[in-house]
Amino acid sequence: MRSVIPVLTIIFILIVVWYGSAVALNSAWAYDKAKRANIELSLQDMVADTWSQEKPKLPAPHQVGAEIWKTTVLKKITSKRSLVHHGLITLSSTLLGFMIGTTLGILLAVGIVHNRAMNMSVMPWAIASQTIPILAIAPMIIVVLNAVGISGLLPKAFISAYLSFFPVVVSMVKGLRSPDQMQIDLMHTYNAGKSAIFWKLRAPSSMPYFFVSLKIAMAASLVGAIVGELPTGAVAGLGARLLAGSYYGQTIQIWSALISAATLAAILVYLIGVMQKIVLDKMGLQR
Amino acid sequence: MNTTPVISATDLSLTFQTEDGPVHALNEINLNIKRGEFVSFIGPSGCGKTTFLRVMADLEAPTGGNILVNGMSAAEARKTRAYGYVFQAAGLYPWRTISGNIRLPLEIMGASKKDQSDRVKRVLELVDLIDFEKKYPWQLSGGMQQRASIARALAFDADILLMDEPFGALDEIVRDHLNEQLLDLWKRTNKTICFVTHSIPEAVYLSTKIVVMSPRPGRITDVIESTLSDERPLEIRDSKEFISIAQRVREGLREGHGHA
Repeated sequence: MRSVIPVLTIIFILIVVWYGSAVALNSAWAYDKAKRANIELSLQDMVADTWSQEKPKLPAPHQVGAEIWKTTVLKKITSKRSLVHHGLITLSSTLLGFMIGTTLGILLAVGIVHNRAMNMSVMPWAIASQTIPILAIAPMIIVVLNAVGISGLLPKAFISAYLSFFPVVVSMVKGLRSPDQMQIDLMHTYNAGKSAIFWKLRAPSSMPYFFVSLKIAMAASLVGAIVGELPTGAVAGLGARLLAGSYYGQTIQIWSALISAATLAAILVYLIGVMQKIVLDKMGLQR
Repeated sequence: MNTTPVISATDLSLTFQTEDGPVHALNEINLNIKRGEFVSFIGPSGCGKTTFLRVMADLEAPTGGNILVNGMSAAEARKTRAYGYVFQAAGLYPWRTISGNIRLPLEIMGASKKDQSDRVKRVLELVDLIDFEKKYPWQLSGGMQQRASIARALAFDADILLMDEPFGALDEIVRDHLNEQLLDLWKRTNKTICFVTHSIPEAVYLSTKIVVMSPRPGRITDVIESTLSDERPLEIRDSKEFISIAQRVREGLREGHGHA
């Protein structure tokens, strides 16, 4: 309960700043309209106008809220204009990509920790892979996969995986190496093999690192899914809503898609947090 | 009694190559340890006492000479799980309960579930922790954690116990208590114990044989066969005999120091 007040305070401040920025950014257009209509605009009218324009530079929070309400609760899920419909599409490729990426990340980390050649060679490539702008490589992945007959969910999931495997590799290498020399020595005194050392020592030791990396990977997956939706012709998904919005100057639509994506990410990361708490509690690692 | 030595080192040397040149951690060590002995290794830091223990355990490989554990090479002995090792820190896994920690070596060695729980119960009784089997390590005091780690080393019935300053991090009162318990345990189980320490009273109180070592290069300067009886109440430390043995250990240490 203690955390509620600070959180609400921050949200309140954000909303105030948001409304203020809306006035600052949209006032030019409000004055412009008034000038053409030859009306003198009072401060009150001007503010009212900046918060209710049809295509504002920055839509006010209540406009975005109303748009989200209209496109989630009031629209049927089957409708092409339903944000829930688009959100679910993005969610499914996010989750698939997250699973592929996490699995790949864990496998690479296990390889790096156990194999000298992989230890020397994989990490630079993993880092290099993340220096390539995803926006540049996403269309190529889509096109190439399409050429070999893979389309739909999988190409987008690959882009999610491309972004999400990295934090998992980095954390898991660190986590799997976190047991100190004494703990490894202890295992040697039992004549424990590599697999026993892995399952009984390395894997449990890496759990706190694992969950932290999952949170980052989940957020990255969502970004990947959205980016993956851009070059597919903006047919479906939150990314498509963003792109369509920007084609037609529908700033309210863009912002509502953005807020939805952020909310989705927050929920997913929160769920991982819950999982983390349960697992670490059960392992006695959290007091 | 079987007279073949449990541990036998012949001209044993170990030189670490460091950037500052070679470090002679062990130099021409010769020592025989008989079955059922309680041997303490004492000396200033850098004298190689811990390294010697690690060589016995096959955690370090010697660069010269020979070591036999139970009549075989240290590596073979490790593979047959000839010894239990107790480190300076208890090193219990925080995600396992006390009984879970003690079960660890048994799981690795593939003991049956029934056998595991029998053994866990038996060694917990031996170290007097039977009421704490379901607790996590952080719920126990430092002394209790170290007892649990001794129980873990005892669980698979190795007849050699290698202990590397197991009570070094504990306060003196707890330490006295654990020393008494360890002696009792040694008498009941008839194990061969190699015990590294840098406390003279601890070494004299516990041992049947005290090996005094000195650094640069790490070597044995004196081997003292204790004349103390097997019955050792804590008060024995005020006896003349005890004080004279302690005196000889101290002299051995000083001599080694003068050398360096």
